[in-house]
Amino acid sequence: MTVHTVAPHRAARAARRRGLALGLLAWLAGLAFFLPVAWMVLTSLHSESDAATNPPSLGAGLTLDAYREFFDSAAGTGPWPALINSFTASTFSTLFVLLLALPAAYALSIRRVRKWTDVLFFFLSTKMLPAVAGLLPIYLIAKNSGMLDNIWLLVILYTSMNLPIAVWMMQSFLADIPVSIIEAAQIDGARLPSILARVVAPVAGPGLAATALICFIFSWNEMLFARVLTGVTAQTAPVFLTSFITSQGLFLAKVCAASVVISLPVLAAGFAAQDKLVQGLSLGAVK
Amino acid sequence: MSAPTTVRPDRTGPPAPAPSSRAKWRRARAWATRAPLLPALVFLIAVTQLPFVATLVISLFDWNALYPDERRFTGLSNYTSVATDPQLRDSVGTTAVLTASTVLVSLLLGLGLALLLDRAFIGRGLVRTMLIAPFLLVPVAAALLWKHALYNPEYGLFNGGLSWTADLVGIDRPPQPDWISSMPLIAVEAALVWQWTPFMMLILLAGLQSRPLEMVEAARLDGAGTWQIFRYLTLPHLRRYLELGVLLGSIYIVQNFDAVFTITSGGLGTANLPYTIYQTFYQAHEYGQASAAGVLVVIGSIVLATFALRVVSSLFRQEVSRA
Repeated sequence: MTVHTVAPHRAARAARRRGLALGLLAWLAGLAFFLPVAWMVLTSLHSESDAATNPPSLGAGLTLDAYREFFDSAAGTGPWPALINSFTASTFSTLFVLLLALPAAYALSIRRVRKWTDVLFFFLSTKMLPAVAGLLPIYLIAKNSGMLDNIWLLVILYTSMNLPIAVWMMQSFLADIPVSIIEAAQIDGARLPSILARVVAPVAGPGLAATALICFIFSWNEMLFARVLTGVTAQTAPVFLTSFITSQGLFLAKVCAASVVISLPVLAAGFAAQDKLVQGLSLGAVK
Repeated sequence: MSAPTTVRPDRTGPPAPAPSSRAKWRRARAWATRAPLLPALVFLIAVTQLPFVATLVISLFDWNALYPDERRFTGLSNYTSVATDPQLRDSVGTTAVLTASTVLVSLLLGLGLALLLDRAFIGRGLVRTMLIAPFLLVPVAAALLWKHALYNPEYGLFNGGLSWTADLVGIDRPPQPDWISSMPLIAVEAALVWQWTPFMMLILLAGLQSRPLEMVEAARLDGAGTWQIFRYLTLPHLRRYLELGVLLGSIYIVQNFDAVFTITSGGLGTANLPYTIYQTFYQAHEYGQASAAGVLVVIGSIVLATFALRVVSSLFRQEVSRA
């Protein structure tokens, strides 16, 4: 009798202890991965002399000097033009992506064209070819048509870069909408634009928002094209970040402050889209 | 490149109307169905496929932008020089090593983290958020962070941590390695692993959470141990997600430019193909050779992509049949 009650009790306690240990391990792993990010933020809040010590001065006083200097920037124009360029490129390319991808996804999910899966996989296959291989012709075309150092060139390229991802994601969100709702609206005489606005958008809204955020992140992060195709006037934030370093020499706090500022929009967008992030990154293959 | 046609629709287009009499109307209707698709399709082909064709053509020319008058057709000789140029050949090897090691290490770490996060514990949401954070830094910013704030031999966090621990345990002269110059490739890989592990974790976590729980419960009631459940139930279920992680990770990391450019500027044997192509074209102005290298990268990617598409399509078929 006693044996029977004690044994499960002990097993449960062992299981709980193991659960606690594994939870602790997860916490340690989380903290280890987060440490460099925390270090970056902390360093950005130190003065330059406190940032460059060995061993590190953890308890040094906090200051916003690095941020102030970054924005006042001795590097000529300061970061604002680059940040505005990045916002322009990311926002407009995301907008164009949505305008092109929404009807396409409609034709691939709600009222399907024949061989819709082939079309879908064609979109995906374009994403798998390395962009660097098309860089030279694009550079030559841009050079000959006077589009070099023009932010709208990046808008066009980023639109094409993100279009396959958006088509895939939206296709999977729209396919979740029950056909009967749409058919009912069609019987009521609603036309495509009003079906999109009144029926599709409310149901697929959150998914579309996540798609937009992911496209925004990818455009904001892009550097290879931006570096080759822009110069002084159209340079984006990542390009500014690298040139800022070379022109400033090594100022650790300022480097960290600049990295924090330029990563903030992506961090915000990423955490907002957290639940749909996997789906977007795996091109809709994982839900 | 065309895609495999393995998936059959279960919700295809309009219902077939009566035969021949309405053929014309039907054709018009088919175009109306196709119309919303066309702008996206035409735009994508124009912007992403035509440049590849141009690259293919340029790769057959001897063309250095510094000597534009000497441009001439050379057939495949750019490919021979790409194959014999030690710098380019090394970059092929570097790309393979960099991609394979980064993908494998981040996959294993990601699997471990996904298993840890698949259980309930206090603060799980917060830990998940902390783990995702590295992936949400702008890649250039992450690379700069590793180069200057962590690896710097004089006041980086790594060496700072070493001298701090040395102080604690009473060692006089702690080792202060110069991380980037003593292990350049590993330095780049570590920074990339840090950024890509969260990606793997997210995919594998999604896989774990789609696992049918009844089966695990049944196995446990039948007396299966944790390891047995992992080995015979969880791992087979995760196979597709593991493959997907490897393939998508490879596709993204093969193309990596930011980390190599920022951390080592392609020096010390870390120049991968994207960086080398960038350099051949942007700094050496060898348009023909850069294009030939580009074509080779495309061929390599097509091999990878064919596998990737197969995996995605099998997952996709699962989803479609489940719906």
